[in-house]
Amino acid sequence: MPIELNEEKARNRIARRIAKEFHDGDVVNLGIGIPTLVSDYIPEDIRVIFQTENGAIGAGPAPKEVDLRFIGAGGRPLTVLPGGSFVASDFSFGLIRGGHVDATVLGALEVSQDGDLANWMVPGKIIPGMGGAMDLVVGARRVIIAMTQTTKKGEPKIVRKCTLPLTAKGVVKLIVTEFAVFSIEKRQMKLLEIAPEVTLDDIKAMTNADFLVAEPLITMQGTEEEKA
Amino acid sequence: MAKKVIKPVLSAAEAVKFIKPGMSVMVGGFNYGGIPYTLIEALVEAGVDDLTLISNDTAYEDVGHGKLVANGQVKKVIASHVGLNKRTGQLAMEGKLELVLYPQGTFVECIRAAGFGLGGILTPTGVGTVVEEGKQVMDINGMKYLLELPLRADVALIRAYKADRMGNLTYFGTNRNFNPIMATAADYVIAEVDSIVPIGELDPNEIVTPGILIDALVVKGDNYYANRT
Repeated sequence: MPIELNEEKARNRIARRIAKEFHDGDVVNLGIGIPTLVSDYIPEDIRVIFQTENGAIGAGPAPKEVDLRFIGAGGRPLTVLPGGSFVASDFSFGLIRGGHVDATVLGALEVSQDGDLANWMVPGKIIPGMGGAMDLVVGARRVIIAMTQTTKKGEPKIVRKCTLPLTAKGVVKLIVTEFAVFSIEKRQMKLLEIAPEVTLDDIKAMTNADFLVAEPLITMQGTEEEKA
Repeated sequence: MAKKVIKPVLSAAEAVKFIKPGMSVMVGGFNYGGIPYTLIEALVEAGVDDLTLISNDTAYEDVGHGKLVANGQVKKVIASHVGLNKRTGQLAMEGKLELVLYPQGTFVECIRAAGFGLGGILTPTGVGTVVEEGKQVMDINGMKYLLELPLRADVALIRAYKADRMGNLTYFGTNRNFNPIMATAADYVIAEVDSIVPIGELDPNEIVTPGILIDALVVKGDNYYANRT
């Protein structure tokens, strides 16, 4: 019997949990999908600087009136906060590859237990292109994956070995799903936190990989903040 | 061939006459932003075909240079992301369009290499992925890098904010993206701008692209997206 969580709740849970990973002054790049929600949950006592690979540093929330001269990487309109700046694409990717971006948060199709990431194409389907994803995961100091524990069909997305074309090898450091938080250090995956509605056995059933279990295994941070 | 000190201000239709069938054309822009919409409209109108399009993406099927693809004017696309324009992927799968994809940071750096006289670049991006196929992998200080080669074009169509008649350019917001880099890597560079101001009015501290890189100027026309970007 699969455990189901309302999609909206799942997405916001993941975003809220990831927002707890940041420190004041961190430069962070958010991918499209669930990652964009992370900016809604940054604690008020810290300031995170959001970077978009198309050249905005210090990106803020969507504006009331759309101005296409200010867009983010997904083409979404954005504002630039006081103190922000614009750079060209060469400079932007220089910042990314050069280790000047503290974290990138991206979605994934598959993540392997040793940190390989597949998130840019499915063979046989129309090829969208990798965009900036390969540079981001190679260059950012920390790669955080925001994704559901399984596919819509219930198949595990955390696997022993990726079957889909890779975005990069051995880059993922943290995986946050609606049910669990895993770290990957030195190619070793470890379960750190689990959501209140699941057990360790449930997580094992929804994960096709070998992992250590943290002691103590704690309840997923942020779930206590959810409204009933 | 030296470029003129005082740049000609052309209509978009006149400007795109420099583009002949079979040429490679770089087009600035990222998603909706920073596309030289007026020049693209003129190029669609002119119907020049057999083009190699070098651009980060192929916009949307009915927006910007996406129209060049949809109109069958492009034989090859070199880009980083074409997912927003279904036509590009469809034509590529049908074998009617050659599609070469680069990681975005590699794409821009290869253009920069061409514009700045480098024989190529070494990047860790793409190591261990399909991007590596057919490329030289170099081991430097224990790290693996791919050798990526320069990318240049016959003509670059770029979008800027203000220009003076010497071709000096400023940019606005996220419209900047690939435009300043593409201005360095083509034989003939045409800049579409919001306005042209007298020489001396642009503060040299604010100029991003020096006019020595520019061949011709076009003032943006009355186009839905040109008006909004």
